[in-house]
Amino acid sequence: MDAFWIILTGSLVAVSCAILGSFLILRKMSMVGDAISHSVLPGIVIAFFIAGSMQSIWMLVGAGILGILTTFLIEFFHQKGRLQTDASIGVTFTWLFALGVILVTYYAGNAHIDQDCILHGEIAYVPIDLIYDSNGNAIGPKAVIILSFVLGLILLFVVLFYKELFITTFDASFAKVVGISTNKWHYALMGLVSLTTVASFESVGAILVVALLIAPAAAAYLITNQLKVMLLLSSAFGILSAFFGYWLSYLVDGSIAGAMVTVAGIIFAICYFIVRFKK
Amino acid sequence: METLIEFFTFQYPNIKYVVFGTILLSISSAVVGCFTFIKKKSLVGDVISHAVLPGICLSFLATGSKDPFFLIIGAFISGWLSILVMDAIIQNTKIKEDAATGLSLSVFFGVGILLMTYIQHSGNASQSGLDTFLFGKAAALVGKDLLAFSIIAVIVLLTVLLFYKEFKLISFDPQFAKVIGLPIRRLEMILTSITVLAVVTGIQAVGVVLMAAMLITPAAAARFWTNRLSRMILLSSAFGAFSGISGAFISYSAPSMPTGPWMVMILSVIALVSFFFAPGKGILIRQWRRFSIRRQLLEENLLKTFYRIGENSGEHFNTVAIDDLQLVRNFSPAQLTKGLRKLLVNGYVSRNNNSWFLTNEGFEKGKRITRLHRLWELYLTKYLRIAPDHVHEDADTIEHVITPELEARLEKLLEYPTSDPHHSEIPK
Amino acid sequence: MSNSFVKQVDNPVLEIHDLTVSYDKKPVLWGIDLSIPAGSICGIIGPNGAGKSTLIKAIMDLVDMNSGYVKLFDQTLDEVRKRVSYVPQRESVDWDFPASVLDVVLMGRYANLGLFKNPRKADKEAAMKALEMVGMDKYSKRQISQLSGGQQQRVFLARALTQNADIYFLDEPFAGVDAATEKAIFKILQNLSKEGKTIIVVHHDLQSVETYFEWVILLNLRLVASGPTPEVFTPSLLEETYGGKLTLLTEVGELVQQGEFKAREKQ
Repeated sequence: MDAFWIILTGSLVAVSCAILGSFLILRKMSMVGDAISHSVLPGIVIAFFIAGSMQSIWMLVGAGILGILTTFLIEFFHQKGRLQTDASIGVTFTWLFALGVILVTYYAGNAHIDQDCILHGEIAYVPIDLIYDSNGNAIGPKAVIILSFVLGLILLFVVLFYKELFITTFDASFAKVVGISTNKWHYALMGLVSLTTVASFESVGAILVVALLIAPAAAAYLITNQLKVMLLLSSAFGILSAFFGYWLSYLVDGSIAGAMVTVAGIIFAICYFIVRFKK
Repeated sequence: METLIEFFTFQYPNIKYVVFGTILLSISSAVVGCFTFIKKKSLVGDVISHAVLPGICLSFLATGSKDPFFLIIGAFISGWLSILVMDAIIQNTKIKEDAATGLSLSVFFGVGILLMTYIQHSGNASQSGLDTFLFGKAAALVGKDLLAFSIIAVIVLLTVLLFYKEFKLISFDPQFAKVIGLPIRRLEMILTSITVLAVVTGIQAVGVVLMAAMLITPAAAARFWTNRLSRMILLSSAFGAFSGISGAFISYSAPSMPTGPWMVMILSVIALVSFFFAPGKGILIRQWRRFSIRRQLLEENLLKTFYRIGENSGEHFNTVAIDDLQLVRNFSPAQLTKGLRKLLVNGYVSRNNNSWFLTNEGFEKGKRITRLHRLWELYLTKYLRIAPDHVHEDADTIEHVITPELEARLEKLLEYPTSDPHHSEIPK
Repeated sequence: MSNSFVKQVDNPVLEIHDLTVSYDKKPVLWGIDLSIPAGSICGIIGPNGAGKSTLIKAIMDLVDMNSGYVKLFDQTLDEVRKRVSYVPQRESVDWDFPASVLDVVLMGRYANLGLFKNPRKADKEAAMKALEMVGMDKYSKRQISQLSGGQQQRVFLARALTQNADIYFLDEPFAGVDAATEKAIFKILQNLSKEGKTIIVVHHDLQSVETYFEWVILLNLRLVASGPTPEVFTPSLLEETYGGKLTLLTEVGELVQQGEFKAREKQ
């Protein structure tokens, strides 16, 4: 049963990431996604101390705000400060991450939150943290419920606004001319990336979220020429990574999240060689 | 305070080593960072720092020892490999640089985490030191480690010193470097190698995630103060060194505090201050300059208005009432009070109760502005084919930027005109 | 007076009044004043870096203007968006994007769809019709990454055609396309013009100007001339357009940039 919950959690994270990651790659904003996944940390810590507990809703809010702030700061330093984008990303996320780590350590005595868990999470604890209904029966692990909610939100967003995401990603100036605001969709997407990061960080850790954002989507991008297929394929690759990742971690007795990423990397490598070989 | 004195007098020999070590590490990454910065490849540092993890783990698995020299070899190899993988993906597929960067970074790191947890779970007691690579610990820089890392830092710095000219060229203008026959590939390899080395050593101090900052942040901050690479490198090293000392001090005085994040925090504060306040390029400084130009515009516009009133009445030094000024040009009351006070202080106008009149300096300046305004209007109609009724606004801005040298050329070009498109006289 | 080379028309479809645009504070278009008559095919001509694309982007509200205004059909762009179509430069998008030809052409219908609505059958029919017009109907399922330069340009034109606009702006539609495509595109533009639609094209090939355009705008940072081709496309005006930038103007532009001036203070 534990294995089931762990694979389910991993799959939920992987599918959420794969969908958002596809758009990040096509918008050439992968590294902004990377930056967000690091810089939500102070948001989580501050939310933790405002709410006094690991109450998920506050953490989602805190991370969401920090994610948008990161996106804004990167743009701000780039536009107003004329700092090149790569440096703007690098300075912004390391600064916020450092702030987050300092806050964490400062409060380390009274918190169940530490660097280790943020960096590489612990999906193995997912089945222990259950949510109960009013009769005291276990409904399911908390992480599964939160992640289902996040995935639902992402699916709803992509299905409802597929058209807008498609046009603003492919041709931003044309979108603007026909009256579709590119900025609005940019920030909405980055907000969702932040939500996903924070919802996943307990299980896979912030840095490995980046791998799940990019690797399955990049693999799918290599072997298809259709956006809808790319979204489905990258989700499938995500689920495969979760499944075989669990199996791999069991085999070598190592971190499940690390193993999931390793499998995602292997899937990418296979796609890479298929494409290279065909040429 | 006592701690501070204790720290800086190096009462314990240990402190001396830690300070020395962190400064060297910080400087070497700050110097290398300048090159990755101008190549617009700052995030390469981030890739390498994540990618050394599997190398470290594998070399530990292979040798069973925590000897820094073995670990560095492993780290060096996997750091290099991550760059090769990244470049191969960009070259051979339609995947763009951003995704290739993120992919290489995160997958190498994921593999590293898997290997590290494997080592931990296998119950090998001697693994305990490996995770300092993840989070960094400046205070752990003692004995053999310190020696190893210092040597590498010195190698990095010497290499930069030796190849300064070549690195500068391949970073700024690789095309030109190729044309004049520099061995670009080999030089790129050396530059990448020292980048990897700088990262490998820096990680010891600040850890994987924040290592990127040690490369990028001092360089980005220094860039706001100078346009010259040599000065940028010096400044960036100074910033790095300062954060190094502070880091060592923090780890000494408050051992429970995370050293790496504080070092990065200090660097970030330096960078933020530079972004906003650096003379010339700082965001706020530029805002301020815009503000003071607006003030200058107001003053010059006032003087011009005085001049025009004088032109109409034929008497330039008569007193002028505030209402008269407003009749000619629509100044707000606040603008008038502020502008006139400034003019009074600068000696361009004098005051007689509620009336004002031009001084000689004020007259001359008002005349010059009017003259430039009309010259520019003439230029616009003659050379830009702009209708005479449209040129006024543009001239209102340009009159304030024209230098005496441009003024002379403008006059010559227009063949020393005497009247503007509206048939007003251009004063001499 | 020298500005007789800028011909103003009555009831223009496009009117630009006193337009100044700056990049990074440096003015790249100075005080442009022009008007275009309805139903004409109009070419914007000038050397590289003269601000041709910038002029179109300013009209499309894609870059900020420092001063002046643009009126289309005597209204602002926001009021007439649905009557306006824009074909950006082919290189401005990533053709590796995972989309089919039909996907891209359908984008032209998005303006009329609004939120939550997906393209319907009628939209697909319109897209197919547009593809037929540009001779690409057989390629509707083709992936855009597999198209040649000329085919990419045809797809972009088809996307614009589905908008059924009254005025079309095309940014370098003939750059890097094969001769057959150039001919086909011009034919379509001609037909549109016969229907009374106005076409404005950024163009760089002087050879074909007289064949293609009834109206010519000569541009080099400032407006050199605007008028019917025979009157404006003259050696002396071309010499003025291509004879190098006005150094004085460029230098003043740099001074403005250094001083961090807004090229013109907004009142």
